[in-house]
Amino acid sequence: MTTVRVNPIACDGHGMCAELLPELVTLDEWGYPIVDRRPLPPGLERVARKAVAACPVLALKLVSPPPPVSSGA
Amino acid sequence: MTGVKSAAGGAARQAAAGLPRLLPPVPGDPEELTEHLARHGRPRYHGSALLHAVKSAGLTGRGGAAFPTHVKLAAAKEAGHPVVVANGAESEPASEKDAALLYHAPHLVLDGLALAADAIGAGRAYLYLHAGHAARIQKALTERRNLRLDPVAITVVAAPARFLAGQETALVSRISGGPALPTFDSRRVTERGILVQNVETLAHLALISRHGPDWFRERGTRAEPGTMLLTLHAGGRPRVTEQPIGVPLRSALGLTDAAAVLVGGYHGTWLTAAAVDSLTLDNAALRQHKASLGAGVLAALPHGSCGLVETARVTRYLAAESAGQCGPCLNGLPRMAGALAELAGPRPRRSTLHDVERWAGLVTGRGACHHPDGTARFVRSALTVFGAELKRHASGECTATERAPVLPLPSGYAAPTTEEAWR
Amino acid sequence: MTSSTTLWYASRATGFVALILLTVVFAAGIGISRQARIPGLPRFAVTDLHRNLSLLAVAFVAVHVISAVLDTFVSIPVLSAVIPFASSYERFWLGLGAISFDLMLAMIITSLVRGRLNRLTWLAIHLTAYLSWPVAFLHSIYSSGDLRHGVLLDLSLGCAVIVGAAVIWRLVSVVRRLPRAQRVAAQLAAAQPAAGSPPRRTPRTLPPRTAR
Repeated sequence: MTTVRVNPIACDGHGMCAELLPELVTLDEWGYPIVDRRPLPPGLERVARKAVAACPVLALKLVSPPPPVSSGA
Repeated sequence: MTGVKSAAGGAARQAAAGLPRLLPPVPGDPEELTEHLARHGRPRYHGSALLHAVKSAGLTGRGGAAFPTHVKLAAAKEAGHPVVVANGAESEPASEKDAALLYHAPHLVLDGLALAADAIGAGRAYLYLHAGHAARIQKALTERRNLRLDPVAITVVAAPARFLAGQETALVSRISGGPALPTFDSRRVTERGILVQNVETLAHLALISRHGPDWFRERGTRAEPGTMLLTLHAGGRPRVTEQPIGVPLRSALGLTDAAAVLVGGYHGTWLTAAAVDSLTLDNAALRQHKASLGAGVLAALPHGSCGLVETARVTRYLAAESAGQCGPCLNGLPRMAGALAELAGPRPRRSTLHDVERWAGLVTGRGACHHPDGTARFVRSALTVFGAELKRHASGECTATERAPVLPLPSGYAAPTTEEAWR
Repeated sequence: MTSSTTLWYASRATGFVALILLTVVFAAGIGISRQARIPGLPRFAVTDLHRNLSLLAVAFVAVHVISAVLDTFVSIPVLSAVIPFASSYERFWLGLGAISFDLMLAMIITSLVRGRLNRLTWLAIHLTAYLSWPVAFLHSIYSSGDLRHGVLLDLSLGCAVIVGAAVIWRLVSVVRRLPRAQRVAAQLAAAQPAAGSPPRRTPRTLPPRTAR
């Protein structure tokens, strides 16, 4: 199941992802993306790829499978 | 090193309980190799037998996450070209247990490191700790090198005095020659073949190697076996003590009276005195109060001190220790600190409380590491437990009679502003 | 009017249009890094503009080169479009055009395969834009006399002013951007209760979001 993830270190708050993929990404009050961790609905895959390509710093990624269980912080 | 004493109840009760396991019964100078071998004997389980023993023993990490150790060992072994790191960078200001262990029983930690390295086929081993402790452990390392005790060379890497220095990815970054800053990688550190274990975990592993899994399970609960080191702040100097997991929290703390207790350190949770009375020292019980043991810090807030003032002090420290790499943390934590400072004072604005709660929600889960999550958990628990105090502050009063700070912070602390501060 | 003259005019015209397009591409690129917005348009309009116009510019440069090569009045080998100083006609100034074009191609190709590249590699190549545009500009001014008088001169200078302003805009932000190690302390200082009521949006008292 593909999910959308953002690299929070690379992210600079450009906000393209929220514009192109509003179904899954909204911006917080500082301009940084809040990404829905639900699996990507099949109909949105094309738009999601466009959002990934539009990010000026390539912080947005499509990940499959979902990340494994945390082994500790 | 002072401050290490047996739990309330005295040495006799401890000895009867088979304690202490880790620290010498009468801790004084660092335990030398001969003393260490006299106390523990030699390791019996090695290699895959040791891995099996660790699995049967049910050892979990003592660095705060309580992750099953055998899973990490297996994953690192499988990843290829494994490397072991003993994480002794005890960056939590309120925790002293790793420092005590490294000082009093360095050979137990080094045994664990060598045994783990051998068991997973690691080509290299590292000991990661703050500069002061690095100097003190040199003697133990030299002793072992002279006797060619360890199959792998142990490299000591100095950790900077940052709260995040002990974070797993920051540790890897530092050991690789970079700054101790968390990184974002889709693969877990263990999946890259790097086994990071807290020094206390390795010490337990070294004992399991001698006495076996059944012995390990003689103490603790079925789900969380063994003992753990605690750092207790209950008036006077902090004390490091070893307790079986599952004992009543109040007896572990050795306290008669407190307004509230902070469990799990500065990423932990405040609990009311009533909750503390009903709880035992294990994660299964604490989970019901959204708390966890963390790295074993228990700090009592005396009556007469203000929980909000203490929380505000620590939150400011946590905010200052942000790596500043992720937007939500960089923006959220300083604002939360400012808001807590306002709530800790007289007549805060009504909007401030809503702001903190909103920010705590916004920063959780949105950083490259769990620093914002832990800080938010700590702050939220304070707002819950000190709700009555919040109301009093709103009318301009505070129940505190005592101004002296309770929760420890590095002396002369100032927020870091240079790249060097992260190396 | 011979076909040679048509080709020659075509080459000069498409060359000039390419210069205009590249000026807008350059400004849009700076706009992306400054998180600038075209009023009334969504954020990604700037990105789309930058990318689409860069491809259009390459097309115009291609026509510019091909028409010059096909024109028989002067002999310009086709390879001199990408190999600098390979043309005996106006060797130096055409050579600059080739350099600029090579850099453009490198930027576009690396951008197309960005996902597979190390970000620093991509960035290093993209930074050559600061070299590519001025070189293209010099090529434009000196390869033929067209841009040295009249309206075309004014327009060319206008392009130079736009690019110069964009560069200054970028430099200002680079200079003002706080190093990572100082950001937290700055945010902490600004978030003190005494600093006044913090509004919901990022207030100007705190370092600008892009100065993260």
